[in-house]
Amino acid sequence: MAGNLRLCKFFSFTQSGLVEENGHVFPRNMSDRFKVCPLVVFALILVAWELISVLGIYDPNTLPSPSKVFRAFSELATSGVLIRYAVASLFRVTVGFYLAVILGVFFGVILGVWQRLCAMFHSLIQFLRPISPLAWIPFALLWFGIGDGSAIFLIFLSSFFPMLFSTVVAVKNIPPIYFQIGANFDFSRMETFKLIVFPAILPDIVTAMRISLGVAWLVVVAAEMIAVKSGLGYLIIDSRNALRMDYVVVAMITIGVIGLVIDKAISLLQKPRFVRWKFEKK
Amino acid sequence: MEYGRSKLSVDGVGMEYIERRKVPRNKKDRGKKQGDRVEVLRDITLNIYEGEFVCILGPSGCGKSTLLKLIAGFLKPTSGSIVIDGAEVDGPRPDNIFVFQEGGLFPWLTVYENVALGIRHVTDEKKKEGMVGEYLEMVDLTGFENHYPHMLSGGMKQRAEIARALAVGPDILYMDEPFSGLDFLTRLHLREELVNMHLYIQKTTLFVTHDIDEAIQLADRLVVLSERPSTIKMNYEIREPHPRDINAGSLHDIRQQLYLSLGVHYTL
Repeated sequence: MAGNLRLCKFFSFTQSGLVEENGHVFPRNMSDRFKVCPLVVFALILVAWELISVLGIYDPNTLPSPSKVFRAFSELATSGVLIRYAVASLFRVTVGFYLAVILGVFFGVILGVWQRLCAMFHSLIQFLRPISPLAWIPFALLWFGIGDGSAIFLIFLSSFFPMLFSTVVAVKNIPPIYFQIGANFDFSRMETFKLIVFPAILPDIVTAMRISLGVAWLVVVAAEMIAVKSGLGYLIIDSRNALRMDYVVVAMITIGVIGLVIDKAISLLQKPRFVRWKFEKK
Repeated sequence: MEYGRSKLSVDGVGMEYIERRKVPRNKKDRGKKQGDRVEVLRDITLNIYEGEFVCILGPSGCGKSTLLKLIAGFLKPTSGSIVIDGAEVDGPRPDNIFVFQEGGLFPWLTVYENVALGIRHVTDEKKKEGMVGEYLEMVDLTGFENHYPHMLSGGMKQRAEIARALAVGPDILYMDEPFSGLDFLTRLHLREELVNMHLYIQKTTLFVTHDIDEAIQLADRLVVLSERPSTIKMNYEIREPHPRDINAGSLHDIRQQLYLSLGVHYTL
């Protein structure tokens, strides 16, 4: 009990705090307060990594040192390979993801509104959803051949079901009171979609997009290892075949950084007021 | 005040629904199984005149809201008919606006956009702005046009919803316990504002409540429903002028009688 109490005290303490600015007092923002912390963690990891390499605990061929990775990075960056591969990966993710969002939301709204259709397809969706997109690789190669087509298809599969499912749930969760108001104010069918359904599900769609895009970025690497001859995933598998572990690490870091950046970018979609209302609800 | 013209008549309305719960919702329903028919309203006959403020009062779960939703057209009666201005009710219409208990504002729209919903067909932006401003002023929400509902207090939300309802220029207002989610003082304030508003605009209003004092303070006509299956137990006309002192004269007697008839023996 005492332990719990102390933990609660700790949390209530960390969440308190006020900042004074131009004579006004604002609650202190947690993210402001801990802004430097992530950098400290990265720095510590880098130091530990360098130490391990310098002390020679592992064979340099199994664990390349940070300086070697840095040199590999500048090699790949100056030759333009890194940019070209990053763009290739991003292109596949963008196309596959957009297709998934558009079709997922479109069919999601239809299934959400049309109860009978939803009952018909529900089991099929639940059956297909847990099949990893990677399990489709053999068919993707057969149907689309080696190239962008198969990679895009796999990314589409990875994002389509989460988007579809989230949209159906979001539509079904719209409180019926809003439709009663719509009926009362004599909304046409178009207006019901424009003024109720879309604004009501928009925050859930943005959240689903954020999660799906993360998954899509995971899948693109795996897809590129098998289905194409370019991209960051291909860079990893190709470097491994050449036993260039430093290149592998460069590719991994690039994947991580780009993943971070696109997550930040898509989190901006949660900022506008017509999305934020849902997250600020009391 | 004279109430000449009949506005709304409810004629022998009965309402049944099919029990969906596997476990009955309270003691009264013990023995009810899923799929059983439950009679909510029985032979309700009611005549409401133009401009009247009607309060529908009754014990909890008696079907007050069901009656209001039937009249508003959100539900269809099992038997009987509901006629407004000589035409049978066949669904909700913008002539008759329903004010919900809470959460009736669209949270993704600002107060201004919410109030403008009912007059969205007005193409002249200047005129629309004027109308919205007028009704926001009436409910004392000027300056909150660009606020979202989640930024408002419960009382302000309710007032914004009333403004939205009035902006349509409805014939009849339906209010389903609009103040029951509010704190005591806010409720008293809004009650006062509603009295003034009704004196000013004279709209036929149907107001469902379980608050006896609220009903006596507001109503021109008081309709009391019995326990389920509900029938009309009393149908009073109260012609006292506003502002009313509910602890004096005939209102006091009515109040005592209502408390007694709803099973409360000590009135405060």
